[in-house]
Order: sequence, then C-alpha cells, then structure tokens
Amino acid sequence: MSDQIPTTTSAINLGATMTADAAAVRVRGVNKQFQTATGIVHALENIDLTVQSGEFVSLIGPSGCGKSTLMRLIADLDDPTSGELTVFGKTATQARLDQDYGIAFQQAGLLPWRSVAANVALPLELHGVASATRRTRVAELLDMVGLTEFADRFPDQLSGGMQQRVAIARSLAEQPRLLLMDEPFGALDEMTREKMQTDLVRIAADTGAAVVFVTHSIPEAVFLSDRVVVMSPRPGRISQIVEMRLDAADGREERDDDLREASSFFEMVTEVREALHGGADHSTGDGAATARGVDTR
Amino acid sequence: MSASTSTSANAIVGRGVGARRSKGWSPRTEATLRIVAPISFGLIVLVIWQLLVTVGGVSDYLLPSPISIVTELVEFWPSVVSATALTGTNSLLGLLVGTLVGIVAAALAARWRIVDQMSAPIVAALAVVPIVALAPVLNSMFGADSQFGRQAIAAIASFVPIFINTLRGFRQTKPVHRDLMKAYATNSGQMLMKLTLPTARPFILTGIRIASSLAVISALVAEYFGGPRGGLGSLIATSAASSAYGRAWAYVVASIALGLLFYLATLALERLVLRRVPTGGSR
Repeated sequence: MSDQIPTTTSAINLGATMTADAAAVRVRGVNKQFQTATGIVHALENIDLTVQSGEFVSLIGPSGCGKSTLMRLIADLDDPTSGELTVFGKTATQARLDQDYGIAFQQAGLLPWRSVAANVALPLELHGVASATRRTRVAELLDMVGLTEFADRFPDQLSGGMQQRVAIARSLAEQPRLLLMDEPFGALDEMTREKMQTDLVRIAADTGAAVVFVTHSIPEAVFLSDRVVVMSPRPGRISQIVEMRLDAADGREERDDDLREASSFFEMVTEVREALHGGADHSTGDGAATARGVDTR
Repeated sequence: MSASTSTSANAIVGRGVGARRSKGWSPRTEATLRIVAPISFGLIVLVIWQLLVTVGGVSDYLLPSPISIVTELVEFWPSVVSATALTGTNSLLGLLVGTLVGIVAAALAARWRIVDQMSAPIVAALAVVPIVALAPVLNSMFGADSQFGRQAIAAIASFVPIFINTLRGFRQTKPVHRDLMKAYATNSGQMLMKLTLPTARPFILTGIRIASSLAVISALVAEYFGGPRGGLGSLIATSAASSAYGRAWAYVVASIALGLLFYLATLALERLVLRRVPTGGSR
C-alpha cells in the first residue's frame, strides 16, 4: 500500500483551508503498540486524521483494525506509543481533564445502583454542578432521548435500547463539543438501531458537536457520517477516507428514513464496501477473509 | 437449635399433608405452612423431650427437661439479661471495630498492591488463629478485670471475613465503569465513593453477616478462659461446674437467642440496603 492515503474527493480542503484550532481532533503520525505475551502488536501505524468541529466521522473496519484503540487514544484512555494527538488544540490529557468530550461505549455502562436520572446526572454531580441546575439539565436530556417517564427506574428494569439511550443522554450531559462513540448501537436489534441512528443524527445536528463514531456496520456509517474512515488490520492503518455525497447531506438534520432507500445511499454503501475490500486486498491479499467482522447489513 | 430443625420440619409436614391433599396449595396456605410447620415441629420435639425426661427417666444431669430449663430461665432472668447484655456489648463492639478496620484495610489493599502483598500472610494468620489460643494471652495482657481482651477477640474474628469479602468486592468494578470514571477525570476519592464502594456493597454486607455470628461465638468462647465474670460464657461454665445443669442450659438458650439476634439484624440490614438498591442487570 502506498504511503499516501487515497481519498475519493478533495482531501485538500480538509485541514488545509481550516485553521488548526478549528479542528476538534488532530492526529499526526500516531503509532500504538501493545506488549503482549507473544510479542509486540502494532495496533495502529502512522495514523493521520483530522476531525473538524461539528463534523461526523465514522471509523469502520474489520475486527482488530484498531478503530476502538484510536478512539481510546483520542479519549486519553490509552496513550499513543508515538505521534502527536490534539483535541481542540490541547493535549488529549488536558482535553479529558477539561471535559471537552462526551463518551459512550458499546456497553451502556450504567451504574446499576443509580436510577436513570441519577445515572444521567453522574457527570454533572462529579463536576460539582449545583443540584437545581442538575435537575433541569437531566430533565432536558431525558426528554431528548424520550425517557422522561423512566427517570426513576433502575437500569435493570430497562431494555438494552433504553439503557443505551440513557448512556447517550449521559454522554451529552455537559454539552460537549466532541462526542466519542464506540459501537454504541452494536448490541441493539435492527429496528431500535435505525431509530437510534435517526435520533443521533438529529441530536448531533442540534448540538453542533463533532462526532467520532466507531462502527462495523457499513450502512450505519454511511447514514450517519460526513466522512467514513476505512481502516485495515495488522497493522491498523487508515486505508481510505470516503467522503459521503448524500443528496440530503447539506443539512444533517434532513437525514431521515427516506435516505435509507435513496439511490445515493446505496452508491455510498457500495463505495465504502469496495474501499473495505480493496484495503484488505492490499495488506493481506485475502479480501474475503479479512473483511469478516464487518457488517454489510 | 430451632434453625436447624426448620428445614426437616418443612419436609416432613409437607410430605404428610401432601399425601392427603392431591395437588399444590394456594400461595397463602403455603406461606402460613412455612411459619406454622417449623413451630409445630419444634413443639412436638419439646414435648417428646419432656416425656423422655419425666416418663422415660433420663437423669437430670444428662439432659434437663425443657420445663426445668424454662424454670431456671425465669428464676435467673435478671442475671440472664445482664449476661446477654454484657456478651452482646462485647460482640457488638468487636463486630463494629472489625468491620471498620476490615473495610479500611481492604480499601488500602485494593488501592496499593504492595499493601495487599504485605497483609496477605497476616490475614492468613488471623484467619487460622484459634480463639482458645488467643483468649488466655489477651486476658493476661489486658488484666483480669478488663473486657478489652474479649472485644479484641471478637474484632479479630470478624475482621477476617469482612476484609476478604470487601477486598473481593473492591475488585469487581467493570472495565467500562473504570473507563467512564477516567473519562470524567474523577479523583480517587470520588472513584471510591461513586464506584468502588457501591460496587463492593453486597460483598461487604455478606462479610458483615458472616462476621456477626463469629463475633458472638468468639466473645462468648473467650469468656471460658478467665477475665471478669458475668458474661454468658463464664456463667455457662460456672453453672455447669456447680452441677446446675438446668441453669447452664438456660444460659445456652440465651446464647442461641443472642447469636440469632445478631444474624437476623445483619440479614435485615443486607435485605434493606440491597432491596432499595439493585446491584445487577445493567450492561
């Protein structure tokens, strides 16, 4: 594979015309190696990526391509082995300490002994927000995810989809300018999943937050994103960045279920799929095998 | 005594009645049976016991009759109450100190691996130390008129299960919760209060429940090995030594009641806390 990353459309206006400070996330030459019993694993190799403010970027690729690792580096949950990584122009650690991002994982990760409202209030509580402000904010958030009447329930009384909505409400609690999401809809059924995607597009448009969204579903990435970052495994690399040219893409809030049936949607799905298989071909010569773990639903 | 007989009572009565009535009972009948069955079985045993002694002629020093035990219990009631209060206080103080020290030590061991490694042999030693070995030593250490030795023994006995359970509980935090707390830039104090302690809560409560019985047994047994008079243990010993078997049994009954009281109180605490706060089910 060539060192230069091929992009389907004008890569020039990404990062070049924007000032460095406008970028929500800026990753330059980042490597991540893990020391395991069997030797060093190259989880990420020479990653360059810029996510602009308000931009929705999905990371997609087969299992082991390092997409979750990249998100964890941005969140400062792990440290890169080498390279430079800034979030809103600060180091990742500083951005974490300043609470510049909200985060949601594949597991909802709710605290089972806290009610739904108390779970959403957790970040506000930890950061010393006054209880009256906390109550109004929690009410707003629960309204946003449609769980107002479940405020006093406990997580084990909710379905998986509802728990995930609570987790998303929690990630939005402090109105972050950046949302990091690691396969948040991975464990949901297809119907719930589509509804959550539509909701997320609306929420992201409403709040104007940049989103880094890890997924292994091609339609999900296409539906949600401005750009889809296609990654390949062993070592984890960015093999291609596909820009979404959906008809409704001018306004993200206009993305709705009609889009899922639009021909432009299928074209982009095809393009991402080819990028995934092509990338795999380059690195291992066995496209069908390495693309497993990627959902084409 | 009554606790051990209740399960077999259920089985026996259940079989007898079930044979006559063909199908299962309504939930209400079953609930009533669950209470009535062990009580009636206990009464039957007491009647048989009484008959064995009075009619069967089993001598009083071998087995005093229930009536003579009750008579002694009534006659020495003030002494029984004060002895129970004394042993109960020793057990309670020991349990409280053991709980506090156990939780704090477990928090330190969970936080710093080196503390865990250093304390492991000490905890293992405390876990196997026999009360009979420690009691005379502590009694002579703190003087014959001090209750401190007994309280210390109760504390040591209750420390071990609480420490072990709590430490295990502290290690139950899930990676996703730890990631979340790190993402929220929480300090270690917040981490303890918001995540680690609540996660460990059911484990701590189970530890306390196990420790509660141990505290009573240890405080009582420690009284056999010197120290001031007046507790249940020393009164059982002196009554038996002076051939007052009925009285000795009356104090034994009081000891059982005290142990049950501790156990039920901690069980109620566990139920109360865990019913209000669900602990599982979230993903």
